[in-house]
Amino acid sequence: MSSATPPLASARKAGLFRSGEPFIWITGSGLAAAVLMVAGLLWLILANGLGFFWPAEVSQYALSDGRTVAGPLAARERVPDPGATAGTPPRWRIKVKQGNRDVTGEDFVWIDESAIRSTTKPADVIAFERREWGAFYGWVKEVRDGGNVVASGRDASWKALGALLPKALDVYEEALTLEKDRIGAVNFEKDKLRLARKKLERKGVSSGPDVEALAAKESKLQAEYDRLLTELQAVRSRVTAVLVLETAGGQEKELPLVQVVRADRPNEMGWFTKAGRYAANVWAFVSEDPRESNTEGGVFPAIFGTVLMVLIMSIVVTPLGVLTAFYLREYAKQGPVVSAVRIAVNNLAGVPSIVYGVFGLGFFIYFLGGSIDRLFFSEALPTPTWGTGGILWASLTLSLLTVPVVIVSAEEGLAAIPRGMREASLALGATKFETMWRVVLPAVMPSILTGLILAMARAAGEVAPLMITGVVKLAPALPIDGFAPFMHLDRKFMHLGFHIYDVGFQSPNVDAARPMVFTTTILLIVLVVALNLTAIVIRGRLRKKLRSSGI
Amino acid sequence: MDAQIMTAPTPALAIETRVSAPADAPASGAPALIELKRFNFWYGEKQALFDIDLTVKERSVTAFIGPSGCGKSTLLRCLNRMNDLIDGVRVEGSLRVNGEDLYGPDIDVVDVRKRLGMVFQKSNPFPKSIFENVVYGLRIQGERNRTRLRDACEVALKGAALWDEVKDRLDDSALSLSGGQMQRLCIARALAVEPEVVLMDEPCSALDPIATAKIEELIFSLKDRFTIVIVTHNMQQAARVSEETGFFMLGKLVEFDKTDVIFTRPKQKMTEDYITGRFG
Ligand SMILES: Nc1ncnc2c1ncn2[C@@H]1O[C@H](COP(=O)(O)OP(=O)(O)OP(=O)(O)O)[C@@H](O)[C@H]1O
Ligand SMILES: [Mg+2]
Repeated sequence: MSSATPPLASARKAGLFRSGEPFIWITGSGLAAAVLMVAGLLWLILANGLGFFWPAEVSQYALSDGRTVAGPLAARERVPDPGATAGTPPRWRIKVKQGNRDVTGEDFVWIDESAIRSTTKPADVIAFERREWGAFYGWVKEVRDGGNVVASGRDASWKALGALLPKALDVYEEALTLEKDRIGAVNFEKDKLRLARKKLERKGVSSGPDVEALAAKESKLQAEYDRLLTELQAVRSRVTAVLVLETAGGQEKELPLVQVVRADRPNEMGWFTKAGRYAANVWAFVSEDPRESNTEGGVFPAIFGTVLMVLIMSIVVTPLGVLTAFYLREYAKQGPVVSAVRIAVNNLAGVPSIVYGVFGLGFFIYFLGGSIDRLFFSEALPTPTWGTGGILWASLTLSLLTVPVVIVSAEEGLAAIPRGMREASLALGATKFETMWRVVLPAVMPSILTGLILAMARAAGEVAPLMITGVVKLAPALPIDGFAPFMHLDRKFMHLGFHIYDVGFQSPNVDAARPMVFTTTILLIVLVVALNLTAIVIRGRLRKKLRSSGI
Repeated sequence: MDAQIMTAPTPALAIETRVSAPADAPASGAPALIELKRFNFWYGEKQALFDIDLTVKERSVTAFIGPSGCGKSTLLRCLNRMNDLIDGVRVEGSLRVNGEDLYGPDIDVVDVRKRLGMVFQKSNPFPKSIFENVVYGLRIQGERNRTRLRDACEVALKGAALWDEVKDRLDDSALSLSGGQMQRLCIARALAVEPEVVLMDEPCSALDPIATAKIEELIFSLKDRFTIVIVTHNMQQAARVSEETGFFMLGKLVEFDKTDVIFTRPKQKMTEDYITGRFG
């Protein structure tokens, strides 16, 4: 990095080494390698993930065998041809996302470029996002409603669709709320009654006022449930329209309007419309529930689960780590035992995380959870309440995993506090505890936050121990909801890291799901950075308060 | 510091500086507050103080002088039991404050430290506001009343001659003060709890002459209300501010007498050598 290096005689080689110049270059290249690796990784993820939400233009390919295929271009590659003689021009093939899985059977199709007779971009081709069966590319031939033809012809049908779709989406939304909130509440109550009945049965009470009251409540609930179900049916039956779709290959397919999530004519869209759609797609991704075994829709439950898990972990790990550090540094008599403990704690960070998972499974879930179930939730047995994976157990497992980081940072912070500061407090008549509480703890706060930042980053990215302590592919309900007691920390949850693994490697349709891997990864990174930035800002404020200017 | 030892004042200078203080200081008649008899102190195996006999009189300034490592700080820290914080220390002999044995079995160490406040060589303000620094001791004692804390803060800061400089910025961080101001803040903090004795361990060693002069003035004005014991390497300072001076050497108290006696006609040859800079 020095700009002017004097010319070197060979006799001064030793001098060159001693000058430290080579060392600077070595350290510099170390840094450069690290930066390159991070930048490359980020670029890979961003390049693959960010394009996913951009409305892709749909091309129509007429093939020499008479087939017609339409869909966005997904990839282009050289045809592997080991037998080719040198000089022959390479052949290329393209991968087209033709969608229409229910009609064609395959989401993607490979086409040899030499087999393409013509490529067009029909302006009126429609890209559908459906609630089932993935994307559809094609046209609407006809719109029917209750046996009547509402519109026919591609353009008239598109107009009719534009008029009908917003209403259909509203109705869907209404039905969903009804189903989730009101019917969900009734189900919740029903479950409570079921457990209450079981409890009575175990006590041997089979008649009497308690049982009667219970039965009365149950029948009332059942009536309410039936009523809501009819209401739901009524709401749903408000949308009866059916689209008759036509694929590029000429096949027809009927699609009820309720199945449509979005419909666009991407080839017609201007840049601004596309940008608007992009933003809407991103929002849908972060705010919606997943569909189609996680390969479509959003990841909101996974974001929620990840954040909540990290927060619970932080709430547990901070006091645990800080108290341990205080004991080790301030109260324990320094000696071989304490040194051994310290070394052990530092090395805990090197234990494979799955081992923590196994420990969490054995200790938290089977032992603690099992005991809680036997003591307080025996009426639900053999269905476990706490004796099975859940967000609390997963968070506790992760706090064990990350506690060494917090201990080490807090200890270093404690060691860095000048002796004079403690002595000043003691000399003013403060006890050791008061000194600790009023002087040492505030001064060590930034170090504690540093530890917490590292712990959060590690916890948010950890997957293996979660897989056996409570993460699931699809959680039926969030761990926090509107039903008392609002926090259901026994519930299973979704997690972005596991979601990446699940979508990328466990999905029935890996090709279609691949972009989701990258978008989910981006989201996880953004989340970790956001959590860290929050802690860093708080730490900065504290530091400023502690160290302002000085001499 | 060494340079100052070498250019220690001549006895004549010492007399001159004493003129400002009344020659017949009340020290002579004042009752004894701190009394040490055959006081010994060990850091583990190593004995740091040998058979110290010494009396500090009430409302007076007593200075400890002596070469580096002779045990001045050790003795000072014994006076408010700060040495208890070090592992493996041991004392022998008697140390009485107001007739009460400081190392007796039913002494409350925390209470001792309230009564004998300390100012350290290196100023050590807490990373809190100026106000919170001054009232720290009072808060520890359970004072919550905001106006009483404000008043106490003002009195203490005035006592430490810092009030005028900081009265408009009490809520600023104490770390934004200059070195001399920080040291006076630490003095104010010690005064705020109204101790009987203020122990000062080289309070000026990190300060420039003007800040030093300010603190010396301060010490002089404080002795009407407090008993002060000060450790210093600066012979002029000892001569200027103290009524009695003890000269230490290798853990032993070589000579203890009125300051003008020590500086003009010391009985021990060693003392004379030290204060005239012919030492070592
Ligand atoms: N914590 C300690 N453990 C062991 N020995 C100590 C400790 N503190 C001081 N000593 C020793 O006790 C002796 C007296 O130290 P002390 O700090 O009292 O000297 P001092 O007179 O204050 O010196 P200075 O003028 O340099 O401050 C020294 O020999 C020193 O090495
Ligand atoms: Mg000292």
